[in-house]
Amino acid sequence: MEYFVQQLINGLTLGAVYGLIAIGYTMVYGIIGMINFAHGEIFMIGAFHALIIALGLGITTGTWIPVALVAALVGTMLLTPIYGWALERVAYRPLRGSPRLATLITAIGMSIYLPNQVQLLQGARIKTLPPVLQGGFEIMEGGGFVVTLSYLQILIMVLTVTLMVAFTLIIEKTALGRAQRACEQDRTMAALSGINVDRTIALTFVMGATLASVAGMIFLLRYGVIDFFIGFLVGIKAFTAAVLGGIGSLPGAMLGGFLIGLIEAFWSGYFTVEYKDVAAFSILVLVLIFRPTGLLGKPDIEKV
Amino acid sequence: MTPRPALDVPAILKEAGLTALVMLGLTVGLVGFRIPDGIGASALETRFGAVAMACGLAFAGRIALILLREKRPRRVLFASTAYAVVVALAQAAPVLFSPAATERWITLRPFDSAVVNGMTVVLAAAFALRAAWMEWRHRRFPGIKERDKAMDAMGARVQRATHFFGPALLLVAVILPFLPMVDRRLLDIAVLVVTYIMLGWGLNIVVGLAGLLDLGYVAFYAVGAYSFALLAINFDLGFWICLPLAGMLAATAGILLGFPVLRLRGDYLAIVTLGFGEIIRIILLNWYQFTGGPDGISGIPKPTFFGLEFKRSASDGGETFHQFFDLTYSPVDKIVFIYYVILGLALITNSFSLRIRKLPVGRAWEALREDEIACRSLGINATNTKLTAFAIGAMFGGIAGSFFATRQGFISPESFTFIESAVILAIVVLGGFGSQIGVVIAAILLIGLPEIFRELQDFRMLTFGGAMVLIMVWRPAGLLAHRTPSIRLSDRGGEP
Repeated sequence: MEYFVQQLINGLTLGAVYGLIAIGYTMVYGIIGMINFAHGEIFMIGAFHALIIALGLGITTGTWIPVALVAALVGTMLLTPIYGWALERVAYRPLRGSPRLATLITAIGMSIYLPNQVQLLQGARIKTLPPVLQGGFEIMEGGGFVVTLSYLQILIMVLTVTLMVAFTLIIEKTALGRAQRACEQDRTMAALSGINVDRTIALTFVMGATLASVAGMIFLLRYGVIDFFIGFLVGIKAFTAAVLGGIGSLPGAMLGGFLIGLIEAFWSGYFTVEYKDVAAFSILVLVLIFRPTGLLGKPDIEKV
Repeated sequence: MTPRPALDVPAILKEAGLTALVMLGLTVGLVGFRIPDGIGASALETRFGAVAMACGLAFAGRIALILLREKRPRRVLFASTAYAVVVALAQAAPVLFSPAATERWITLRPFDSAVVNGMTVVLAAAFALRAAWMEWRHRRFPGIKERDKAMDAMGARVQRATHFFGPALLLVAVILPFLPMVDRRLLDIAVLVVTYIMLGWGLNIVVGLAGLLDLGYVAFYAVGAYSFALLAINFDLGFWICLPLAGMLAATAGILLGFPVLRLRGDYLAIVTLGFGEIIRIILLNWYQFTGGPDGISGIPKPTFFGLEFKRSASDGGETFHQFFDLTYSPVDKIVFIYYVILGLALITNSFSLRIRKLPVGRAWEALREDEIACRSLGINATNTKLTAFAIGAMFGGIAGSFFATRQGFISPESFTFIESAVILAIVVLGGFGSQIGVVIAAILLIGLPEIFRELQDFRMLTFGGAMVLIMVWRPAGLLAHRTPSIRLSDRGGEP
């Protein structure tokens, strides 16, 4: 039981990372119907920005840690979305209205380009952040096994839930969110009613990149080690999460993220660590066989 | 000529300033600071000079673009030519000038890296070219629409010329090993390019003909490679016996994967195939007893020419190729032979996919790609039809895989990463879906050129990714996207 609770906590915090990235995939997919393959690389760049700011401030110990953390968070949330915007501007906007596979190829091209750029600029070796936030609560104990809920995990959950609520509110309540939903339904009609479609799409990328940068920072704090290649696997799994939840659906992305995180945590907790990715992908295949549009996705009706 | 409206200088400066600001945001973190490697990280290195230079160049470049847009090419022409010449000279200074002069020239280099400097020179040269075009032809550089039209026309022309061009290309491919300037290295590159051409043609059946987006094609490549390696090592079977077996095993893998997932459409199919590719790779990596895990499998036998080996001396009492034909031993013979093997395999793939288009199943693929509902209404079994496409594509992938295994003599899961799938898909899409000759051109562009420019070293993958983006933005439909239907109702058209 204790072991189960511990894996549950671990899985939920891991799922938070996937969920935050998956929202970016799902929002972009919803609005322009393309797989933004390079989104995982934005996450990686977010982690690098956070690390640069944290190390640049030179504060990794002492009472100033909360300040450094907030600075790194705000900094990466400001810098990384510029990459999201530039990505859309350079690789996707010129191809609007082209065959869909064309954008997929530019997306793959960018997802090759970006990590290589980071590798050239920062070197191929791993980068580390000394553990900054240690300690936690012991919530239960039994059979010699202590279940801990670390401060970091609490921070991650609070951050994730806050961001998810904030972004849901943005999409439900604000003018920008209305514009996004309008573009999602019918881009031509939205343009006719005075919505700047290009700007709305660019802002969607910026929003997705903001969430991905936070995910990058969480990843950095949680594991303390990053390199230029982390974006690929995490990105694929976040995309899997988005598909699992039903791509285009925001709550679906969160649900899918948490599910993938839990599957991974329980699989590595009870079976083998090596095959945790196999488990995640297999569950995806199983879900898609029985619910071809994901858990919360709307079935798309094909009309002739 | 009507007088031109005056330039709105503040607006231009504002636009260029914004560009520079975006550049600052992009570079200040990753370029401005370098995180020290490893544990016990201490102070960051700073590189603000490069950041400032990047912002300055972005500012200037944006102004150049605006001036071109406003049809004032002259200044752009002078400035960008001057920049290109100066930087090129500064880069080449150690060869051209005396050491003392070199010292001074080197200070004119904008960045430390020669490759980055070269890239800015190419960019400046492109600006100069556009400006020169505008200056002397008195019109804008062709926009995307005109370009598309021109490329469409060229695609059609190439398609028609294929009747003559194809055999000519084939002839070049056949006599390639005997051409005077072809050395061992070039032949190696040719083998690689032809392997990718074969993979491209194989994937073209799935993506180009049947319209199924497969992001995990490399899985079948891996299945073929490992089938051959394991069969050859454990059961002592030769290459030519294993080849069809590997193809069949890969096709079986294709059916096993395809059966549950082919009901999915579009992007769902894409992600599942991608997941499948990763699953295969992870299994290869972790099933240590069977696949050797990350160590891979080595000592895979080379193909033989009707039982004759390509070695200096035969292994167990047999004869070698050069002994049988009374030739002097040359290590190049083996590469030439390998080249002909892959060329033959690729040509089989090609003629197979050209012919199967005319069979009912091939026509059903193309029909499914265009409109699935119409196909269902006409009584075509969509799942079975897709499954055949998947299986046949997988089979060719598997055959190419076993060729890869025998050529390398060593395989490990590292050769079968997602990047490989992406590269093969890029070849198909860049070539223009469904175009056989387009695959050839794209493979030569994407695989051959980077191999020849090995000097780029670290920048190879960077330029590869960048080139994928640029070519696609330049020509979204693929290089030769002219698609003639395989079948027409009137007699005039005939077969493509």
